[in-house]
Amino acid sequence: MNAKFLSYLIKRLLMALLTIFLVVAITFFVMHAIPASPFSSEKAKSDAVIAALEAKYGFDKPVPVQFLNYLKNILHGDFGLSTGWVGNTVMELIIGGFSYSARIGFTAGVLALFMGVILGSLAALQRGRLLDKIIQVVTTALVSMPSFVMATILLLVFSLQLGWLPSMGNQRGGLILPIISLSLYPMAYTTRLQRSSMLDVLGQDYIRTARAKGVKNSRVIFKHALKNTLTPVITYAGPMMAYILTGSMVVENIFSVPGLGRLFTNSMLRTDYMMIMGVTIFLATMIILMNFIGDILYKVVDPRIDLS
Amino acid sequence: MSEAKKKIKNPISLQVDPALFEAASEEEKAQQVSMRESVSFMRDAMRRLRKNHIAMASLFVIVVVALIAFIVPHFYPYTYTKQDVSAQNLAPFEYSAKEQAKIDRGDSVFPHIMGTDALGRDYAIRVIYGTRISLIVGIFSALIVIVIGIIYGAISGYFGGKVDLIMMRVVDIIYSLPDVLIVILLSVAIKDWVASSKSELVSRLGAGMVSIFIVFGLLYWVSMARQVRGQILSIKEQEYVLASKAIGASPARIIRKHMIPNCVSVIIIIAAMQIPSAIFTESFLSFLGLGVSVPMPSLGSLASDARTGLRSYPYQLLFPAMAIFLIVLAFNLLGSGLRDAFDPKLRS
Repeated sequence: MNAKFLSYLIKRLLMALLTIFLVVAITFFVMHAIPASPFSSEKAKSDAVIAALEAKYGFDKPVPVQFLNYLKNILHGDFGLSTGWVGNTVMELIIGGFSYSARIGFTAGVLALFMGVILGSLAALQRGRLLDKIIQVVTTALVSMPSFVMATILLLVFSLQLGWLPSMGNQRGGLILPIISLSLYPMAYTTRLQRSSMLDVLGQDYIRTARAKGVKNSRVIFKHALKNTLTPVITYAGPMMAYILTGSMVVENIFSVPGLGRLFTNSMLRTDYMMIMGVTIFLATMIILMNFIGDILYKVVDPRIDLS
Repeated sequence: MSEAKKKIKNPISLQVDPALFEAASEEEKAQQVSMRESVSFMRDAMRRLRKNHIAMASLFVIVVVALIAFIVPHFYPYTYTKQDVSAQNLAPFEYSAKEQAKIDRGDSVFPHIMGTDALGRDYAIRVIYGTRISLIVGIFSALIVIVIGIIYGAISGYFGGKVDLIMMRVVDIIYSLPDVLIVILLSVAIKDWVASSKSELVSRLGAGMVSIFIVFGLLYWVSMARQVRGQILSIKEQEYVLASKAIGASPARIIRKHMIPNCVSVIIIIAAMQIPSAIFTESFLSFLGLGVSVPMPSLGSLASDARTGLRSYPYQLLFPAMAIFLIVLAFNLLGSGLRDAFDPKLRS
């Protein structure tokens, strides 16, 4: 931990915080630009009831005051009260949904990175042979398929036609299909990244030196090459997080998993503004933090990279 | 002449030999003509692209799909809105009882190539319209990205210094904003405005499409801007630019011969990569019900609607799914073909 690294870390952290603040501001002002009140579209209520509700949720104050209050509350972990699920705070609902989404997302992410690194390395080592060609064709196909197509086809084949796996997330083993459908795209992407990075590293002089010294092939790959091939994969962690979190919106809907993504789409249907804002900010914060961690790890694993 | 030759016999004579300064004969001139015509960067890249069979096949697929999507609706016997309650959920090439009776009477009925949907609308024309939406989104987003990205990146790279620093900080921040979330947020926010909008174009596009274009314009151009700026910055410093300056090339020539060709490759590559990601975003939003407004179909909304009858009518999912897969695959493969052809660093 030298001074240069520390200053980079601080600079990068400040950037991340600024971005999170911007997301909060954008979310808040975009949602407050909507002319309709969250209560006006529901069943006919008297003006007095609407006014009382608005006072209860703090919608009657001027917008800048509301914004400052909102910021202050967020810092205390308070995203306000849900208007779509009356009686719940937004934070409770987010935590409830996130426990599912985190389980699916984390498993899918780890699976994608793990399998991607293995398959990508295999493809690179078998360059030009049949296995490499198969992996290339399959990954090219997979990165051209949107998550909802993947999830619905998996549901159709493995659940409706073959009946091997349940179609609902709350059944036993019901999270397997959502996890697979979320992990296939990032897995294919990681495989392609890893393949080209492995090919790049294997062409380096120090690998030739190691081989010339008579180092065993397995040792060359695991000891000398593998570590250096992982940097591009690490930078993909942030974008992958973004993909998984947004992808879980459709996947959770298709498989009826009561996670954060489904909560988000439902809160849009119920025009629950506090909920939409809360989930947007929460998800954005997760993505930004993941990007931050990815960037920092990137510099930690590869000290050659210039920090300036 | 003979006198001059005599004089040159003295090797250390400083007298200039006028024979060396005579005009070249036609024969000598012919020797200077290069046998091969010089190949421009563009032509060189296009030649490499033409040799890439996968990329050419993808281009062919894209052209065919685009022709179908933009021409077929003009003379197709069905429209995407026309409902026929007697012809609900027909299988491909199946006729409803009414249509069958018509055929028996000897009239000809155009077959439902992909069947019909739950409201009795011809599915093939809906898939064609959905494809059209996807292509429009992809191409417009590429245009938006090209225009804004180039202008922003070129200004930043050209001026350098403080301007560059500030402009690139802005890009850094925009780059880390989660774009899909903002598209969703915006489309939720402007839903009512779009529904009540007087502009026919806006209300036909729907909240999702309008916010997609807004967000493309606000956020998506950053990687293009970064790359263009990087190119211009590094080209400014190149030795060959210095060399051409040294032999007296005008700034116009440097821009024409060095800056533009070097940026063109980056611009083409990034624009080609932009198209599939835009198509993905649009179909994703339509799937969530935030895309185009009904009854306009989109490949995403068709796939979403197909979920209700998935068990009985799986082909209603497969047709739009195949269409989107084919389009995105073709653009992806064309994109990587373009990258191979236009990236001078990868040239072998």
